[in-house]
Amino acid sequence: MGPLGALLLRDMRLSLRVGGGALMGVLFFLIVVTMIPFALGPDLALLQRIGPAILWLGALLASLLALDRLFAADHEDGSLDLILMGRTPLELAVLAKALAHWITTGLPLVVATPVLGLFLNLDLTAVGAVALTLAVGTPALTLIGLIGAALAVVLRRGGLLLPVLVLPLTIPVLIFGVSASNAAIVGPVPFGTPFLVLCALTLMSLVVGPLAAAAALRQGLD
Amino acid sequence: MRLRLTASGLAVVRGFREVFSELSFELAGGELLALTGPNGAGKSSLLRLIAGLVRPSAGALALEGGDPELSIPEQAHYLAHQDAFKPALTVEENLRFWVRFAGADEAALGEALAAVGLGSLADLPAAFLSAGQRRRLSVARLRAVARPLWLLDEPTSALDAAAQDRLAAIMADHLAAGGLIIAATHGPLGLAGTRELRLGQASPETA
Repeated sequence: MGPLGALLLRDMRLSLRVGGGALMGVLFFLIVVTMIPFALGPDLALLQRIGPAILWLGALLASLLALDRLFAADHEDGSLDLILMGRTPLELAVLAKALAHWITTGLPLVVATPVLGLFLNLDLTAVGAVALTLAVGTPALTLIGLIGAALAVVLRRGGLLLPVLVLPLTIPVLIFGVSASNAAIVGPVPFGTPFLVLCALTLMSLVVGPLAAAAALRQGLD
Repeated sequence: MRLRLTASGLAVVRGFREVFSELSFELAGGELLALTGPNGAGKSSLLRLIAGLVRPSAGALALEGGDPELSIPEQAHYLAHQDAFKPALTVEENLRFWVRFAGADEAALGEALAAVGLGSLADLPAAFLSAGQRRRLSVARLRAVARPLWLLDEPTSALDAAAQDRLAAIMADHLAAGGLIIAATHGPLGLAGTRELRLGQASPETA
């Protein structure tokens, strides 16, 4: 097993063990989405219309939850120093960490979407569209969040700084994720157009996220 | 070719304060350099500088005789106070990760754990280790992954007498194989032929 595989495996193992953040994201997602029908009242037509937006917002907030520990934990126990010293390019190591984070926190959100779609009176097409857009869009959220997680370590401010930095950057992902879902449900735009833009955003963040996060970590560690 | 680490005119500034300046030394394969000096003299800063984790404000470092494709940090082990082990993983999982991450052979793992006397604790989560046992696990990493340059920050802290003897033997092995060791320390390391570099005298005006 190579260094990147080892890092991926370790991070997944850590977040699945006791005290890891894997389940927290899904539980938070569940709670947010469950609360909204209570707040809005029993208007099934309204729920159906804004359902995709609710699911997307819930997933967006949930995927930010465990993100601030992504580098902070490794920074505190010295692991980050050894990763920086290692022979593996930092950009790839950072990408491996992001992948592990997405598998343990982003993927469960996608899996939970069909269940939560029932709460919001979404039909099968709508649930499928939201799950598909989340499957494509949540990696972008993790990769953009990666930059914020690196900056939070460098600036020695955890917690609230991260959402403040990251949330504005995720607006394009949110817009095209929700509009692709709505296009599949009510039209009139074809599903493909916003969906392809969403794919492009994910691919862009795949390049920019690890590069920017690695640069931030290199600059900041003194 | 024999290894040789050369530092010339190194200076480090941290938080607008010059920790040390005009620091030069040479270290050849098989030699141990003990960094001594009062707290805050820059022992840890020097180790982190060589590990590539702190940028020097002046001066240069060079390692001759090593792998020309690799930088100095990539050929070094850094043993610090923060030991980079995860409490949720077992002793063996922790060590196995760092061995894999270094791209080294996992076969040496069991032997390295046995060499520091942790063989029987391999399946214990690292959360239950004492400070001395964690330090021994760090030493096992030095043993399990071959690197020519060892940077040790107070390697004997929290170790009992028997473990200190074991560490001395492991360091002696490394030196005999032509490796380099730079260790920040307050006490004796138990090795003959140690060279000493005393920090904290070069700049008497430091606030």
